[in-house]
Amino acid sequence: MTAKLKILHLYARDMNIYGDNGNILAITHRAKQYGIGTEVIAYNPGDKLPDNIDIIIGGGGQDSGQSKVVDDLQAIGSRLKKLAEANVPMLMVCGLYQLFGHKFITSDGTEIPGISLLDITTTAGPERLIGNLSVDSAQFGELIGYENHSGQTFLGDRVKPLGNVIRGAGNNNHDGYEGARYKNVIGTYLHGPLLPKNPEITDYLLFAALANKGTVLPDVAIDDSIANLARKYAFGRPR
Amino acid sequence: MTKRYSIFAGKAVRFAARLRGGGSALPGLFVEKIDKDFVADTLAQLPMGVVVVSGTNGKTTTTKIVVELLEGQGLRVFTNRTGSNFSRGVAAALLSEVNHRGKLNADIAVLELDEAHAVHFVKHIPPTYSLLLNVLRDQLDRFGEIDATAKMLRQIAASTKNIAVINREDSRLINATHDLVTNKEYYGVDQKLAGMFGDDDSIHDKTNIKVSDIPVTTLLTDIDKPAYQLNGATISTKLQLRGLYNIYNSAAAIALVRSVLGDKLNIAKLTTSLENIRPAFGRGERLRVGDSDLELVLVKNPSGFQLALQSFNAANTDTMIAINDDYADGRDVSWLWDVDFDSLRDGNVSDVSGIRAYDMALRLEHDDIKPGRVDVNLKRSLKKFIAGSTNSKRIYCTYTAMLAIRRELGKITKVEDVS
Repeated sequence: MTAKLKILHLYARDMNIYGDNGNILAITHRAKQYGIGTEVIAYNPGDKLPDNIDIIIGGGGQDSGQSKVVDDLQAIGSRLKKLAEANVPMLMVCGLYQLFGHKFITSDGTEIPGISLLDITTTAGPERLIGNLSVDSAQFGELIGYENHSGQTFLGDRVKPLGNVIRGAGNNNHDGYEGARYKNVIGTYLHGPLLPKNPEITDYLLFAALANKGTVLPDVAIDDSIANLARKYAFGRPR
Repeated sequence: MTKRYSIFAGKAVRFAARLRGGGSALPGLFVEKIDKDFVADTLAQLPMGVVVVSGTNGKTTTTKIVVELLEGQGLRVFTNRTGSNFSRGVAAALLSEVNHRGKLNADIAVLELDEAHAVHFVKHIPPTYSLLLNVLRDQLDRFGEIDATAKMLRQIAASTKNIAVINREDSRLINATHDLVTNKEYYGVDQKLAGMFGDDDSIHDKTNIKVSDIPVTTLLTDIDKPAYQLNGATISTKLQLRGLYNIYNSAAAIALVRSVLGDKLNIAKLTTSLENIRPAFGRGERLRVGDSDLELVLVKNPSGFQLALQSFNAANTDTMIAINDDYADGRDVSWLWDVDFDSLRDGNVSDVSGIRAYDMALRLEHDDIKPGRVDVNLKRSLKKFIAGSTNSKRIYCTYTAMLAIRRELGKITKVEDVS
């Protein structure tokens, strides 16, 4: 048994309404298949941020959920940034992807501050971008998920896109990019949830976390046949 | 065009549409086009006014309960029974009920309206009463955010003339309506049942839930043998409706009926009516197929699916799950990941089907449940499921899957016609 991985579920209560809990289920399930133990810590505003975090996962919420976490995120922002610089893998979806950037500018011009961990800026757009989303990623291959956001996100120089949009909107409806990459941090609009149907990313998060501990992913063959069929049918569905 | 002519023409279209098969809203669309005031004028005749039932979960069943409770009190009730819960469906239902002079033989109308359509409907026809059930995560692909749905229900409450009856235990609904000057009455649960019918804010955290201290007119006090407190009395009943959510839907309906009738409410008759209510089509409907009982349970969002799973024992039962992602189901299937399927491990999940069968199978895989068969072809899957064993059977299905399954079952057993 390799060392146990400590997974922080960021704002498990308030930023968790689009099925993103599935990302936690997927990563713990897959770790178990590799014979790796996991401990999931649900972090909520006001909690003490634990030490020795190996992976951080955060999801999307309602605008009201977002407003509940903004202050707390400012308070822990510098520590999260240090973890990112130390190559801790993180997956931030939708609402928390936006708040990991510089700011979110709402439709009435109000600026909601982010933590600038990712060099991205988001502005509320005139229409909500909703529907099945598929993305071509050089590192992970074709990714499939579902997007539902009004924010239009633009990337700065210090991040790379997660991939190019095949179908859907992605970051915005202008540049054809989806998501952002910085060190081992992935920000994305891909709900679905992302990890169950895109196990390449799950493996990457586990691999990066183990690398930080000086170990590697055990060589275990995992049967992805159900995930692959779910991907196949999802790709064929209308937007 | 004269009123009488538009009604006559609408009835003719209805007849033609029926010959064609299906299309319950088509004649409504026709009459709506030729006579914009038809629905408003017809409903305005009703001496006790119009009740609008809305919310994300339980509209169809609750509307059915309200109708049967009011009928049990001796009232003549008009309702849009076909489940076509758009204003066009209301026009279609009215057409079949009015005589050729446009007279409706009813005391009160009880209308189930989809949240988005209700907003338009109440602009033209402010309801006398409204019953607002909940704002749970549902059809986010259509409305964007559940907070947007809450705003729609707020508008319904705001345009209600007499009383808006509201679920006290739904914090999103309470927040959206608390500042309205509309006369509001509430129903809720006893503290010992707190969290059982919670909102989505408590879906991942069920600790320390307290019921609100807003006074209620109707209180659900027990679920094992459903008991309700109202007008200083306790009604203890045995419901034919199964499922925890239906016990609470009944509380909603009782509260509404109480608000309509006040002191005139006959409690004995209410109790009798409650015990005789049967499930609405596809909502916990029980059928006999070959040598086994088969139950159809409609699921469409995480709170509803979770409560359904909590309601039924999976042991000694063959379970089938059919998940479609057509427009009426919602294109986004991510909600399956907010449901905990552990309880199905006690039984036999023999078939998983629907367009998103493999998404469902993948979800089950993460709860260590391996279904017997996975097949996106619903007809084939249903056939194998029925032929499987003589165990009692239960199918959890999304809306379009439910319609397809009923259609198939109709070929081999008696299924109530709802058109």
